[in-house]
Amino acid sequence: MCSAKETVISEKDIGMDLNGKESAMVDVIASFISHTSIRLPDDVIAKLEEMRASETEERALQIYDLMFENMRLAQELKRPTCQDTGVLQFFVRCGSNFPYMGSLEEVLKASVLKATKDTPLRYNVVETFSEYNTGNNTGSGVPFIMWEILPGRDDCEIYTYMAGGGCSLPGQSTVLMPSEGYPAAVKFVMDRITTYGLNACPPLLVGVGIGATSETAALNAKHAVLRPIGSHNENERAAELEKMLEESINAVGFGPQGMGGKRSVMGVNVVNTARHPATLAVAVTVGCWSHRRGRLVFDKDLNYRSLTHSKFDGGAL
Amino acid sequence: MTEIRNGKRVIITPVSEEDIKSLRIGDTIYIEGYIATGRDSVHERVTGEGRDMPVDIRDGVLIHAGPIVRDRGDGHYEMLACGPTTSMRMESFEYDFIKRTGVRILIGKGAMKENTEAGCKEFGAIHCVFPAGSAVVAANCVEEIESADWLDLGMPEGVFKCRVKEFGPLFVTIDTEGRNFFKEKKVEYEKIKDEEVEKISSKVGYIL
Ligand code: SF4
Repeated sequence: MCSAKETVISEKDIGMDLNGKESAMVDVIASFISHTSIRLPDDVIAKLEEMRASETEERALQIYDLMFENMRLAQELKRPTCQDTGVLQFFVRCGSNFPYMGSLEEVLKASVLKATKDTPLRYNVVETFSEYNTGNNTGSGVPFIMWEILPGRDDCEIYTYMAGGGCSLPGQSTVLMPSEGYPAAVKFVMDRITTYGLNACPPLLVGVGIGATSETAALNAKHAVLRPIGSHNENERAAELEKMLEESINAVGFGPQGMGGKRSVMGVNVVNTARHPATLAVAVTVGCWSHRRGRLVFDKDLNYRSLTHSKFDGGAL
Repeated sequence: MTEIRNGKRVIITPVSEEDIKSLRIGDTIYIEGYIATGRDSVHERVTGEGRDMPVDIRDGVLIHAGPIVRDRGDGHYEMLACGPTTSMRMESFEYDFIKRTGVRILIGKGAMKENTEAGCKEFGAIHCVFPAGSAVVAANCVEEIESADWLDLGMPEGVFKCRVKEFGPLFVTIDTEGRNFFKEKKVEYEKIKDEEVEKISSKVGYIL
């Protein structure tokens, strides 16, 4: 087990080398991270309400009631909905003309430090091999930042994600032979969800990635859980698979917390890219009911809005 | 001691064997009195290094949790979020842990296996789950943290002794007969899953 080295996050660390505009950006992103730890995305809340309304099993209803009471209390007391506030990940879609592209990595790191201190978030980053907790939620390669550059645009879209331990555990990727085909991919997903998924705080949002290699499939799966609940893959067959998997996982009947219930998933999203003639890679990842993903868009003047959290007004906590 | 309050079965610590003997998997209970937190490293210290728990949990309650605690700076701590963590990580330690500590009620998240079943059956203990992710409700049931130990392990791994009021709902998942709720459920789930895989497989022959 790791030992912990508790460090104190100073204002100096947070604001280092950033000018006025950039530190304003840090303030917004940090308070957005805090906001997303306290309030679930609009689509998740709406879906959970719908699922509660259609539930008939008593234990499941008891659990839904508890979840909603938890959401209410979290907002009232301004506390993270779940104690596991995860490892921070950012998926950035940045216009090539966005004026702050060059300092964005530093801005994101500073935002994590600030949100960790202000919220507070739990210290969740353990350096590998040296095995100590960094005590500030940053470390080698953390926050994880994935870039996509959008040529000619001047805005910047940032997906924030808190990868909790429990909901990261079911994640797996495998490369199948085409002769095994999509049926093997389906079995892979179903096996994983009915074993590990059960412990990942269902109702789950299941992300399935299809591609050429293990890491492209894995990344597609992650993009799949960033997609809104209720959205569909553009490919007709993939959309059909989303529906079939959703119905089948619901039919298994593990319900909220795996303790039994009519529905077990908030949805199944599939994201696919092309494959090699000799491979069919498939990956699965899940978002738990406390699916803390956010989407924040800045224009070139740093005006911002959130597409996932309509109650976010940029204010401090 | 056990009390029925507004239809809720509330178990008040210290917990006797009598209090939990009649409980069966699937039952719902609440705890009043004291709960200590402890997860991976705590189990390792107690069972691996043979150290005593810094607080006595004989006839007591342990929650597998890594809480968010605010250090008020005056030796007092405040519980901000306290949901359970995956109990399975403690599975390999649990038989010895129950034996050594005499703990009666374990609270966590998700399934456990043979080691815990055997410990529960042999020494008269149960495992329950608190619906995970509802950490604020759980923290709100904590009236006060009376002591904080082993903080050298880091905040999530420390042992916090919490005075709690109607902590729950807790669903019994392993009872004193060693019956295991999730194990039994999983047999059902697996069977339906296999049928469903068959069903979909016949429709996804996209590669010809
Ligand atoms: S799986 Fe999600 S809701 Fe459950 S404990 Fe982990 S972060 Fe919290």
